[in-house]
Amino acid sequence: MKVDRRFFLKSSGLAMLGLGFAPGFLSRAVAARTAANKKILLAVFQRGGADGLSMVPPVGDPEYYALRPTLAIARPGEGEGAALKLDDTFGLHPALSSLAPLYEAGALAIVHAVGSPKPTRSHFDAQDFMEGGIPGALAPDGWLNRALQNEAANDPRAFRAVALQSNLPRSLFGSAPAVAMGSVAEFKLRTGRLSDAGARSFEALYASAVDVALRNTGNETFEALRLLEKAKLDEMPVQHGADYPNSPLGRRLQDVARLIRADIGLEVAATDCGGWDTHVGQGAAQGQLAARLKELGDSLAAFAVDLGDSMADVCVVTMTEFGRTVRENGNRGTDHGTASLMFVMGGGVRGRRVIGQWRGLREPNLFEGRDLAMATDFRAVLSEILASHLGISRLAPVFPGFDASKASLHLFNA
Amino acid sequence: MTRLTFRFFTSAVLAATSGCASNRAPLPVPSPAGASIALPAVKWTEQQRVNHVLNRLAYGPSPDDLELIQRMGVAAWIDRQMHPDWIPDDAVMLKLRALPTLTLSTAELYARFPPIQVQARLAGLNPANSDDRETLLQAIPKEDLPRQIPIELIAAKLIRAVESKRQLQEVLVDFWFNHFNVSVDKGQVKWMVTSYERDAIRPHVFGTFRELLGATAHHPAMLFYLDNWQSSRELPDAKQGHARPGGRMGLNENYARELLELHTMGVNGGYTQTDVREVARCFTGWSIDMPRYIGDFVYRDRMHDKNSKIVLGTFIAPRGGQDDGERILDLLATHPSTARFIATKLIRKFVSDEPPASLVEKVARVFLDTGGQLPSMYVAIFSSPEFWSDGSYAAKTKTPLEYAVSAVRALGGTTSGEPPFAGAIERMGEPLYRSQPPTGFPESAEAWVNAGAVVSRINFGLALAANRVPGTKVDVPRYIKPTQSSDERVNALATAILGRAPEESTRNTLRQAVASASGEGAHGQQRPADPMILAGLLLGSPEFQKQ
Repeated sequence: MKVDRRFFLKSSGLAMLGLGFAPGFLSRAVAARTAANKKILLAVFQRGGADGLSMVPPVGDPEYYALRPTLAIARPGEGEGAALKLDDTFGLHPALSSLAPLYEAGALAIVHAVGSPKPTRSHFDAQDFMEGGIPGALAPDGWLNRALQNEAANDPRAFRAVALQSNLPRSLFGSAPAVAMGSVAEFKLRTGRLSDAGARSFEALYASAVDVALRNTGNETFEALRLLEKAKLDEMPVQHGADYPNSPLGRRLQDVARLIRADIGLEVAATDCGGWDTHVGQGAAQGQLAARLKELGDSLAAFAVDLGDSMADVCVVTMTEFGRTVRENGNRGTDHGTASLMFVMGGGVRGRRVIGQWRGLREPNLFEGRDLAMATDFRAVLSEILASHLGISRLAPVFPGFDASKASLHLFNA
Repeated sequence: MTRLTFRFFTSAVLAATSGCASNRAPLPVPSPAGASIALPAVKWTEQQRVNHVLNRLAYGPSPDDLELIQRMGVAAWIDRQMHPDWIPDDAVMLKLRALPTLTLSTAELYARFPPIQVQARLAGLNPANSDDRETLLQAIPKEDLPRQIPIELIAAKLIRAVESKRQLQEVLVDFWFNHFNVSVDKGQVKWMVTSYERDAIRPHVFGTFRELLGATAHHPAMLFYLDNWQSSRELPDAKQGHARPGGRMGLNENYARELLELHTMGVNGGYTQTDVREVARCFTGWSIDMPRYIGDFVYRDRMHDKNSKIVLGTFIAPRGGQDDGERILDLLATHPSTARFIATKLIRKFVSDEPPASLVEKVARVFLDTGGQLPSMYVAIFSSPEFWSDGSYAAKTKTPLEYAVSAVRALGGTTSGEPPFAGAIERMGEPLYRSQPPTGFPESAEAWVNAGAVVSRINFGLALAANRVPGTKVDVPRYIKPTQSSDERVNALATAILGRAPEESTRNTLRQAVASASGEGAHGQQRPADPMILAGLLLGSPEFQKQ
């Protein structure tokens, strides 16, 4: 019989104690998860349609320079602000230079020309379809949540799925519990004189809520609050001299690293960052987009440094709803396009590769004569991560209608 | 009647002195006594009817509005709210006079709060140098920094939401601003957004959809936010992808796409990528005069694409000039997809997260039949059986703004709109005037119900009840008498805050909480429950999250 800890606590009356006062066997049960070495996935969503052609520019493709007269990143070696060389075709945007060591070490793979088989240039549809995991249709729940729905959960469960952002992203909508928080520091009840009695009262009020969503969210909230209080994350220092940017994404990834190190059952984490909708004044080696890329690259690199050896159990994937027009527009910017790219980073990743068929940027090869065409379905990348990294065997419910077996990219070391 | 006229006079004078009146439509003649809105019969109690209307058409019940609606009846109250100029709002107008930026034009705001780059240059400093920037930020008094503009705008929004007697107008201004969203975080929008809300949104929320659409399309805040001000005809060689190095001419399709997708037809409204390009070509030349110093609308003919276009099958003849854009707005404002899209959004706002198809059809029909008269659509919704159905009662979850403001109103509070109030709303997930995507903030519950938001809401309720939100004051003791027992206090406060007597389980929970917090008195006697703690628990309760 599967004993649910939440049920056990409630039925035995121990809930009233809070985990801070829990007897030793409960703490030991929490600690037991450490041995399991459960794998963790972090999904970072770049909202607004990030320009893959600037992140990893096809420096070996002459069309790139013809189509991007003011926005192109210079070929490797061509002075300051040039791309860093990845291979004969591709370079890395100089603002992403903190990721270069990870790439060189084989811990970072790049999947280029990733997109959806049913593309749309609407931000909101494209985000919803991607996070829902069903191209061209709005799923009621999200791919990350569905991935957890059919898997046995270890206890404790409150932090199985966490979004480090103030609203739950669509990828985590669904029946598996998921917690969203703007930051670890904010996730605390300030009950003042009421102290613990306040938390107990609110828990009781939410347990009897008529509204199902509020009742379920209440359950998750109070269990999460207890776990977090015990874990004392505020006091957890950054490790290995990791240098997070003092920016929203930097702070969020630092919190994810804390949650991982606290060992409170995290399996999937999600967060997002915005500012990628660069219609005007996108910039090249420097400027608007470069500033966003620097935050992204420095945050991801600091995250990897911070986690150190623990990174062996962590996979990070980045995604965006679409790429941008191959031609720059009249305002030194780019408009909504089709395919972009994904970073896949982590311990088991077979990195130091730019993966995916590259057809080049000649007009006949562009989607509708204007956009980078999709070479790799985003579901192929995510399926492989779920299967190879998280060990999720039943992918059909996660990406209905998608045959993952035909699409292996060999993202991970065998 | 005499008294009414007198009140009109004072509010008109106040409005004129505060500089807001110039944009308002002429004062309508008050309708004869008796409500013109007919409400369907419903089996609810009077208390439920009142709660429902104040939760949906206002920012929740306040003691004053409760008293008023009970006195005049629900239908007459709605009728009055449909005519904000009938409603004197002197106290709020006086309060807003403490916020001088509200009446300034964009050019005046630039003069009063020059952008940091401009101030740096004037001071002989380099704005690109972070040390220079820091020196400058230290040297400039806080109230002279450009961020004072959104601070005052937010304060005004919160003051009006909490205290205005024209509650429906404030709800609608928020709704339409959000529909035509712009964000102060993008470039020059910060200097333009005060005028945007005051001149493009507020005067038209009881007008026609076409008026609103036109006002937003012309406004520099929108032209800047969605980049249209820089969009120009393609240069002959740009098509081959060889734009002149250093050139800034060319088409930008950002506004055109969101105009179709978010402002009018909806994403499945039946337009194509070609339509997006053609619409963008029609709007070329709709630009901004000196966007960093003046910020007025200007039409630049030399940027305009003078060739013919075809939009949604309609031929737009060559050399239409600025009129091309107007024709597109006419086309969109009468399109059946727009009617359905706008009806759906209004119904999601006022009735249900899942708009009933029957009502969408009905309200879309009203849109088409009346030429997009917004008040006719509002009335169709407020008088519909769907609005008054059991499934609609307390079925929607309050957004963060609605929750926070309704909490202050429930406790008979007032606010100066100082930043800590907005900070709390931001922690619940809604940074006012800073929704980055053009969709604005979401309306449905699923976006707002999550663990972090629940914690933030509970914390706000507790802080507010204890008067720990600077600038915002509530009056909890008004609801209880010193001689009341704990049980009586629980009942009195629950009735005041939730609008009805609490369930037995809720009552027990509250009793236990206050008992353990109060401890025992010197002689083993329980002190009566602390009303602040009770109010905090009630505001954070799941029931108070619903409307």
